[in-house]
Amino acid sequence: MFHLWQGFSIGAVIIGALVIVLVLYAVLRFRRKGDNIPKQSQYHIPLELFYTVVPILIIFGLFAATLVVENKETANPKTNVTIDVNAFQWGWKFTYPGSNALVYGQTTQNPEMVMPVNTNVHINLTSSDVIHGFYVHAFNFSRYALPGVLNQFTIRAQSTGTYFGQCTQLCGLYHSLMWFRVKVVSPSAYSAWLTTFNNPAAAAAVKAANKTTAQQTSSVVPSKPATTKYGR
Amino acid sequence: MTDVLDPPVHVEFHDDGHDEHHGPSGILKWITTTDHKVIGLSYTVTAVIMLVIGGVFAEIIRAQLATPNGTLVSLAQYNELFTMHGSVMIYLFAGPFAFGALANIIVPIQIGAPDMAFPRLNALSYWLYLTGAITMLSGFFVAGGAANFGWVAYAPLSNSVNTPGAGADLWIGGLLLTGFSAIFTGVNLCATIFYLRAPGMTMFRMPIFTWNMLVTSILILLAFPVLTAGLVMLYCDRHFGTHIFSVAGGGVPVLWQHLFWFWGHPEVYILALPFFGMVTEIIAVFSRKPVFGYKGMVFATLSIAALSLGVWAHHMYTTGVVLLPFFAFMSLMIAVPTGIKIFNWIATMWRGEVWFSTAMLMAIGFLVTFLVGGLTGIYLASPPLDFFTHDTYFVVAHFHSVVMALVLAGMAGLYYWGPKITGYLLNERIGKFQFWFLFLGSQVFTFPLYILGLEGMPRRLGVYPHDPQWKMLNDISTLGAILIGVSTILFVVNIIYSWKKYPAGDNPWDGHTLEWFTTSPPPHHNFYRLPQIRSERPTWDYNHPGHQAVGHGKQIEPAQPVEEVPVS
Repeated sequence: MFHLWQGFSIGAVIIGALVIVLVLYAVLRFRRKGDNIPKQSQYHIPLELFYTVVPILIIFGLFAATLVVENKETANPKTNVTIDVNAFQWGWKFTYPGSNALVYGQTTQNPEMVMPVNTNVHINLTSSDVIHGFYVHAFNFSRYALPGVLNQFTIRAQSTGTYFGQCTQLCGLYHSLMWFRVKVVSPSAYSAWLTTFNNPAAAAAVKAANKTTAQQTSSVVPSKPATTKYGR
Repeated sequence: MTDVLDPPVHVEFHDDGHDEHHGPSGILKWITTTDHKVIGLSYTVTAVIMLVIGGVFAEIIRAQLATPNGTLVSLAQYNELFTMHGSVMIYLFAGPFAFGALANIIVPIQIGAPDMAFPRLNALSYWLYLTGAITMLSGFFVAGGAANFGWVAYAPLSNSVNTPGAGADLWIGGLLLTGFSAIFTGVNLCATIFYLRAPGMTMFRMPIFTWNMLVTSILILLAFPVLTAGLVMLYCDRHFGTHIFSVAGGGVPVLWQHLFWFWGHPEVYILALPFFGMVTEIIAVFSRKPVFGYKGMVFATLSIAALSLGVWAHHMYTTGVVLLPFFAFMSLMIAVPTGIKIFNWIATMWRGEVWFSTAMLMAIGFLVTFLVGGLTGIYLASPPLDFFTHDTYFVVAHFHSVVMALVLAGMAGLYYWGPKITGYLLNERIGKFQFWFLFLGSQVFTFPLYILGLEGMPRRLGVYPHDPQWKMLNDISTLGAILIGVSTILFVVNIIYSWKKYPAGDNPWDGHTLEWFTTSPPPHHNFYRLPQIRSERPTWDYNHPGHQAVGHGKQIEPAQPVEEVPVS
């Protein structure tokens, strides 16, 4: 994505600078000095064709580059790690199928989604009420959490650390405070973290913590998965 | 004139019976009028008041964001403010100002018509618009406050569970009324342009502004009914128990987004094309040259309109449920006709005699600001880049570059056509101050927002305690908003200062098109006499015989000197 961004930026800066230079030259060089009537030229077909065809070619280039990156980003490669992300007014719930792990947090509590580094992680994104936006700035990626739709995508974090995430789609009163964190850890630390939930005491603690919220997060079960990959 | 020979021009204008000198006067005249110029002036005044109201909301929003933990307004009030800021600016200012105010006044005169095709429908349009505006704004005075679901009203946030209260219903009602107003204006403009052109005014002799208004009207007729239908469905979901947009009843929330943006993206061009038309006229007149690539300009406008109907889902890339490559390709392609327009504008100025009047400065300011908004739009057309920037301030900055460009163009239009409507010029010195405040303010306002977007600041945040480092850029942006506010005050000051001070005369700018042939302000049915129309610049041809347009080396018609013909 970064290279695509650079490519677009190079094009935009060159074209933008060209246009600004042409505008400045035209208005300064051809500033009105007397009561002259200039030559009334109106058409120059080769010139007009030139600035029709060249932009079309540029657009084809940008589109091709877009397709390549887009296919990579929307691909769903096979993974062993799956995380179910559920967004609700106003917080996040992260569950890990095949384990007891569950993380839940409202507004400013910053619930932490733990995931392994350098591993393809499959995300199943749902919403319990209105539309939310799952957005982690460091991942350069966002996706809507839609009620009634299972949105799936794969992310791969390249370095460990804790990243800030936030809802980006207006979802009501506390939209501004609907925060979460993504904690990227080594695969071994990830497995160790998962096993802490197998301890019955810990599981009970989690259960108690989430007691108040069960009704909020259980309402919508998508019937038919939608896929993020086009053409299927 | 008696000796009009070639071709014999036959003009049939008749007085339809309501004589301006014997009708009612004062406020009764204003209420009962069907004169397109009076209605257009009402539209202009109302739309500028809406601009000021929307601008006040904007200043409050910027003041709230000046600190990470802004406490000027509550989060609930903040949601209402940005919802109503967007709604007022898009629904109640930009559109009505373009196709209600300036088009209403200028299009009939530009084609040599005595009025709009359906004068009473035209009056109805205005009253529907005013009623809709009052309805929408009255949300602030009901329990629960005004609509607070954003100007896009995404379902299911906009349903009766998540947004109870009358404010949302008033928003829907107000938008329905202004929507019908727009549809009626679209019908009226189409009929006027197709049936009331003066003899000799062929389609390819129409001024670009009129061309753009025709295409805009067709887009209105294609797009607005979809919005109207969507709003009725939303209202039924809220009050009559239908489940069109709710999952619980088997409905599809994303359907709202499809309906909304099927209107919403053409709407972007419904807003932009009239202003493109104004700028085209202004650049040509103040360069003393014909519009370069006139026919290319018309085809570019038509292609923008056609493409704009197939790009709506680029607002929905991150929903994950739209076909990305199709919408990416269509969206990117819009850059081509838009680029043609920009290069045609430059070529119009090239080797011209550029006069830096306030109107021309505003038009050049439009060009530069729109360039920034257009180029950043190309980024957003690419889905992978949109995944990164969607719903961040990058998007906000992009469309504010575009709409600030449109405000510049609208101001250019007011300085250019204002003297024709009122008979008096505005002060040029104050106008130039206004230009610099507005132009520089727009850049200072938008540029920090691009960076904020890239740093990951989502839009529609009332507070950002988690990222206090965003404060500085927000403050710079707020400063820009203040500069823009000062420019608006300067505009009002200019109107008061110049009140009936500088008589304009019929043709202060050496204009090209028919409106500059009649008096300022024009008489009741616009013309006492008309020049023969042999090109898209009849007034210029009349005033400057021997200076017809040349294309690629050879002379274009008209070959004969242009005579004038009496009307009625």
